[in-house]
Amino acid sequence: MALLEINNLSRSFGGLKAVNDISFSVRSDSIKAVIGPNGAGKTTLFNLISGNLPADTGSVVFKGLPIHGLQPYQIAAHGISRTFQNIKLFPGMTALENVMIGRHVKTRAGFTAGMLHLPFSRREEKEIKEKSLELLELLDINQFAHIEASSLAFGQQRAVEFARALALEPDLLLLDEPAAGLNIYETAEIARLISKIQKRGITVLLVEHDMSLVMDISDEIVVLCFGEKIADDLPAKIQQNPQVIQIYLGDDDA
Amino acid sequence: MRNLISITTLIGSIVAVQLLTSFTGTGYYLTQLTMTAYYSLIIIGLCLVMGYAGQISLGHAGFFAIGGYTSAALTTYNLTSMLENGNSLIKFISGRGLLIAAQDLYGDPVLYVNPWIAALLAIFLTVIIAFLIGIPVLKLKGHYLAMATLGFGIIIFRIVLATEIFGEADGLSEVPGFTLLPGVIVNGDFNNRIFNYYIACGFVVVGVIILLNLINSRVGRALRAIHGAEDAANAMGINTSRYKLYTFVISAVFAAIAGIFLTHYNGGIGPSEAGIMKSIRYVAIVAIGGMANLWGALTMGVLLNFMSLRGMFGSYDDAVFGAILIIIMLFAPDGLLHLSIWRKLRKKIL
Repeated sequence: MALLEINNLSRSFGGLKAVNDISFSVRSDSIKAVIGPNGAGKTTLFNLISGNLPADTGSVVFKGLPIHGLQPYQIAAHGISRTFQNIKLFPGMTALENVMIGRHVKTRAGFTAGMLHLPFSRREEKEIKEKSLELLELLDINQFAHIEASSLAFGQQRAVEFARALALEPDLLLLDEPAAGLNIYETAEIARLISKIQKRGITVLLVEHDMSLVMDISDEIVVLCFGEKIADDLPAKIQQNPQVIQIYLGDDDA
Repeated sequence: MRNLISITTLIGSIVAVQLLTSFTGTGYYLTQLTMTAYYSLIIIGLCLVMGYAGQISLGHAGFFAIGGYTSAALTTYNLTSMLENGNSLIKFISGRGLLIAAQDLYGDPVLYVNPWIAALLAIFLTVIIAFLIGIPVLKLKGHYLAMATLGFGIIIFRIVLATEIFGEADGLSEVPGFTLLPGVIVNGDFNNRIFNYYIACGFVVVGVIILLNLINSRVGRALRAIHGAEDAANAMGINTSRYKLYTFVISAVFAAIAGIFLTHYNGGIGPSEAGIMKSIRYVAIVAIGGMANLWGALTMGVLLNFMSLRGMFGSYDDAVFGAILIIIMLFAPDGLLHLSIWRKLRKKIL
């Protein structure tokens, strides 16, 4: 059974159909990419899945449960975490604290426990810290643990955001243009990282511009253009799809 | 550990100030210091909302007033005639020992609600109102939130000013003392002054400990995340609206507790306590303390409230706080106790 099923999802902004009747599914333990030219509706699609935007029509089913219409924090609790195209780390917090926020859904000390500093919350806090440090280590950024995250280099910030998203122990990880703004070496690094994440049993759905990254790591690719689905296939087939080639390279006579 | 040192320093300075006043024969300062301590409770509560959760409230004097006025009205309203007329509700609560019988200045019998009960009802009412206001209002951001809370403050001010049981423009007086424990009474009795100073400071110490615990907990971290990037916090599984709401309610309760006990200490409360200028003053103090700096807010709160209560600003009192707010926003948006200010200042002078 598919981990995530998107059925006839639509969303318009005024007269513009940003996402128009899109359906596809994501298999467990696979890496699926969504590609398309600028304005194809990729980010809108992502925001519909993560609950940042409500859909006009259609449904999103995750692990057999409908999740459309839920708030982002509820969707996160269901096991979907995400990164943002323009990195959104918490300013004024260290890399470690940023990752610790990711443990929020897996822990439960509330206001009372916090105000009274109850023993169980102290234990939990220690556990949060340990897990977060582990993740920083996994992404080779543990040396930056106590540095303010927003002062790190761009690539490192992206890694912190990855660690934060992984801290939720998600079943599905949504990556919004993970290679945006990265150089060729950093992109290769990200590709390695995504494969590593997948091997830990986490399904990945990513939106990306960078073709080399997408073709290398994806198991399946969905192509969007002007809010519509053009193709949904294996990378090798996508490369030969005449419609996709036309979108990316233009017509013969152009 | 770091908190332990800070708390010890706080308790040490509280004791030191008291000893200083008794050695120098300036015991009369303790009255204003006690009032200052109660006002500091509002300040630290507001600091949690503004500095840590990143929201603003220009209506906190309203919560102070809800606490103070509810408590004052219940403990000054004479129920004697109602009991004599056979009111069954009054009979019932009287039978439960929830009323206190005493005599007024002229020797006539008075019967009023036990301050404990009044205080609990006041806090309960504050929580309900804070929820009712907070749920719709905290959906707003920035200026809109400021204006909505300002509106709330104005409503409370006009209500107490126009309601007979709240004494209208005169406010309520002859509020009885609050017996916390046998022999431990919150009132303005001259002989009780040192005692009351320590009671008020005790509230502040407990308040500071509770808030420091909260700030350094999972919830505190979530609040800072909300302050920094609300949508990212939401995507990380933080129920941002609930967290903002709870924080708002907690700070409202801090303000209400300050209102309740300051009213018993002063023996009364007037509508100026619910005024907009009071709310603005609290915001100004949190800003000058450095927003996300509990110790800064506490220090500046004690300093400025004490100076104001000693009448050092004369009839320009409100103007001074308005000016402070402007100056801080222009020249030191991180607060006066932020190190970079002093570094800059030193560079300019040297």
